[in-house]
Amino acid sequence: MAKEKLRRTVMYAAGNNPGLLQNADIYGADSVIFDVEDSVSVMEKDSARDLVYHAIKNLQYSCEIGVRINHISTPWGYDDLECLLAAKPDYIRLPKGETGDEIRDIDNIITKAEKEYGYEPGSIQIMVSVETPKGLRNAYEIASASPRMMALAIGGEDFSASLKTEKTKGNAITAGRELFVARSMIVFAAREAGIQAIDSVFSDIRDEETLRNEVQLVKELGFDGKSCVNPRQIDIIHEVFTPSEKEIHYAHRVLGVFEEAQTKKSGVIALDGKMIDMPMVIRAQRVLALATAAGVYRKEEA
Amino acid sequence: MKNAAGREIPVSIQGYKEVKPYAGPFATQPDGRMAGPKLKAVFPGTEKVLKSIEEAIDASGLRDGMTISFHHGLRNGDYVMNMVISAIARRGIKNLTLAPSSFLDTNDELIPYFEQGVLIAAETSGLRNKLGRFLTLNQLSKPTVIRSHGGRVRAIECGELKIDVTFIAAPTCDTYGNINGVDGPAACGSMGYAMVDARMADTVVAITDNLVDHPVFPVSIPQYQVDYIVKVDSIGNPAGISSGALRVTTNPRDLHIAKMAAKVIERAGYFKPEFAMQLGAGAASVATGKYLRETMLREKIRARLAIGGIPGPFCDLLDEGLIGTLFDVQSFDLRAIESIRSNPKHREYECSFYANPWNKGAMVNQLDYVVLGATEVDTNFNVNVMTDSSGIMMGALGGHPDASAGAKCTIIVAPLLRGRLPMVTDAVQTISTPGETVDVIVTDRGIAVNPNRADLLENLKNSGLPIMSIEALKEKAYALGGKPEKIEYSDDIMGVVEYRDGTVLDVIRRPIL
Repeated sequence: MAKEKLRRTVMYAAGNNPGLLQNADIYGADSVIFDVEDSVSVMEKDSARDLVYHAIKNLQYSCEIGVRINHISTPWGYDDLECLLAAKPDYIRLPKGETGDEIRDIDNIITKAEKEYGYEPGSIQIMVSVETPKGLRNAYEIASASPRMMALAIGGEDFSASLKTEKTKGNAITAGRELFVARSMIVFAAREAGIQAIDSVFSDIRDEETLRNEVQLVKELGFDGKSCVNPRQIDIIHEVFTPSEKEIHYAHRVLGVFEEAQTKKSGVIALDGKMIDMPMVIRAQRVLALATAAGVYRKEEA
Repeated sequence: MKNAAGREIPVSIQGYKEVKPYAGPFATQPDGRMAGPKLKAVFPGTEKVLKSIEEAIDASGLRDGMTISFHHGLRNGDYVMNMVISAIARRGIKNLTLAPSSFLDTNDELIPYFEQGVLIAAETSGLRNKLGRFLTLNQLSKPTVIRSHGGRVRAIECGELKIDVTFIAAPTCDTYGNINGVDGPAACGSMGYAMVDARMADTVVAITDNLVDHPVFPVSIPQYQVDYIVKVDSIGNPAGISSGALRVTTNPRDLHIAKMAAKVIERAGYFKPEFAMQLGAGAASVATGKYLRETMLREKIRARLAIGGIPGPFCDLLDEGLIGTLFDVQSFDLRAIESIRSNPKHREYECSFYANPWNKGAMVNQLDYVVLGATEVDTNFNVNVMTDSSGIMMGALGGHPDASAGAKCTIIVAPLLRGRLPMVTDAVQTISTPGETVDVIVTDRGIAVNPNRADLLENLKNSGLPIMSIEALKEKAYALGGKPEKIEYSDDIMGVVEYRDGTVLDVIRRPIL
C-alpha cells in the first residue's frame, strides 16, 4: 500500500500564470500539476519553465506537486526535465505515453538528477497519461516500466480525438461511452501493475451535474481520482470519492465481525444476515484506509 | 497623545474641531439635544418646481462658506453631484464644504473645483480614484473628515456637521416634492442615505429626471421636507447605478474564502434559528451568502433579519424564505431594486435606523454576524479599508465600523496576499475599524480568532477549519511576500478618521512619494 497516497483530485495549474502557481495549494486538491505543456504557448515555453522552477524551489507547498513536461519527442521535453528536476518536484507527469522505453529513458534521467542533486534515490515519481490507442495497447508495459510509476492517467479529449470521435457528455447512463473501453483498460493495467488510475478532466466548469455523474462513473470503474482544471470542481470530486458516513459505518462493522470471527476462529461470518467473504473484508479495509487518508475517519471513532 | 487604538493623535488639528481621542467602541455617552433644520413654512399655492439648477441654487440662498451635500445611492451612475457643482461654480460661489454620504469613481471631475477654491473641504465616508489621490496629496484649508455611515448621521444630528443645502438625486419626484427611488429611468432602490439629508438640511433641492403628478407612491422622502424641485434630462446612467444583477463571483480564491467564512458562521455559536446577519458588498462577502444558503437549507435554519447594502443574492434568500425581513439602506443591483419595489418584506430604511451610534438602538445592534471585506488587517485585528499600500485614500468606511461594533461576531474576509503584498501586517496603514470590534479574520491560507474571544475559539476548535494565531498568519504572509517596507510620511494631516462616536480613531498623513 506504499503508493496508496490519496489522489482524489489532481489539479492543473498553468505554468505561465504566477497567480495560479502562488495559490495552487490553497484549494485542497490532493495533488497539483504545474503544466508547461498544453496550457503554455510555444512562445512562452522557456519562461513558463523558469517560473515553475522558481515556484517549486522557493515556495513551500502544502500538497504534492508534479510537473507536466512536454513529451520528450518535442523540442522542449528534455530541457523541461533538466530544468525542472533541479527544483525537485514530487513527480513528473508525461503526456501521451506510448511505450515503456520512454518511461525507462525518463527514469534514467531522473536517476541521474537524483544523484547529482543528492536527492533520496527513487523519491521522484512518474505519472503517465495515455492519449492514443498505441499507448492504451502498451498500458501495462508503461505502468510497469519503472518502480517510479505511481499512476496511469487517461487524456480523454486527446484519446477521443485519436479515435476520430469526440468526448461526449451523454447523460447519467451513457456518459462518455466513447471512453468506456479505454477507461477500463487503464484501470486494468494500473491495477495489474499495482499503481493508481486517474481519470481525465471534465472541462465545462459550469456543468456541475454532469461532472458529478462522470466522477460517479469513473469511481465505479475503479479510478482512484480525477484530474481537474478549476478549483471549483474539487469539492464535487472529493464528495464522490470520499466514503460516506454510511459506507464508513458499514465497513467498520464488517471489520468488527471479521476480527471477532478470527479470534473465535469461527468459519462462516455473517452481518445483518448476509455472508461476509474475503473481498468484502478487503473492500471494507480500503474504505477505511481512504476515509482515514481523507481525514473523515479516525480509528477510535464509530 | 496615543488613543485607545494605540495611534499617535495630535492634540489639535488645524481646521478640525476639538480633538477627542478614540477611547473604545462604547466609551462616549452623548449629552445635549438633537440639532435640526431651520423652521420654514410653505404656503398654499407656492410653486416648488423651478426651471434650472441655477435658479434652485439662487433660491436656496447658497452663499460662500456653506456646506452642501449629496447622496451616493446612484453610485457610479450619478450625474447630479458633478452637474450641480459645476453650476455652483458658474454662479461664482466659493469656499464650500462638500459633505456627500460618499464619493465614487465618477467624482474625479471635481478636482478642478477644489483647485479653484469653489470647494475647500470635504467630509465623506469614502474617496476613490484621482480625487482620493488629490485629497491625500494636496493640502486644503481643512483635513478631509472621514466618517462611517452611522458616524455621519450622528455628526449631522448632534450638529457637528451642519448641512446648509442638500441636492438630492431623485429617481422619481412629484410636483410637490414626494420622492422615491424605485421608479424612473435612474431607479436606485433604497433612498436610505438621502432620507437623512432631507430630514436634516436647512434647504432641500430635489433633482429629478422623472417628474410626475402629485402624489407619487410609495414615498421615501415626503413633500414637507423638500423646498425646490428641478427637472433635468438625466440624473444618472443606469449602467453605473447597477451593472445588472450582481453575480456571485467565479474567482476561486474568493469562493474558497467565502466557503470558510460560511463554515465559521455555522460553527461559531450564533447560527441558531432566527439569527440576524449582514454581508458586505465585496466579492467574498457576497459569495459567503451562497455557501451559507446551502448550510441554512441543510440545517433548516433561517435568519429573521438581514441588513446593510443589499445585493441580489440576498433577495433570493428572502424569496426562498431563508430570510424573514430585509432592511435596505442601499440597493446594490437591479435584482435588489426590483425586490424592494415589489416585496413588502424588503424594507427601505434610513441610515440612522441602520447604523447611528447615538440613537436609541440602530439595527446593527441586533446583528449576530457580519461578514466584511478589508484592504488589510493587523495583528491587533485592526482593519483598514481606507488607504492603499502607498498611504493614498482610495476606500470607504461605509458601514464597516458600525456593523462591526454592533455584531456579536464580526468576520473579516480578505486574501492573505494581494499580488505580492501581505494583507496581514504588524500595523495597518490606517485604522478604519478598531480591532476590539473584530472577531475573526478569514484568509485563503488560514483563519485567526481574536484572543479576546475565547468562546469563539472554543466553538471553532473542532470545525476542521485552519485556525491559527494572527501572528502565524502574518508570518505566513511575510514568508511569501516579504515584510512590507514602511511608508515615509510628512507631518501634514490630510484626513481625520473619526470613529462612529466622533472621536479620532486615526489620522491620515501625507505620504512622501
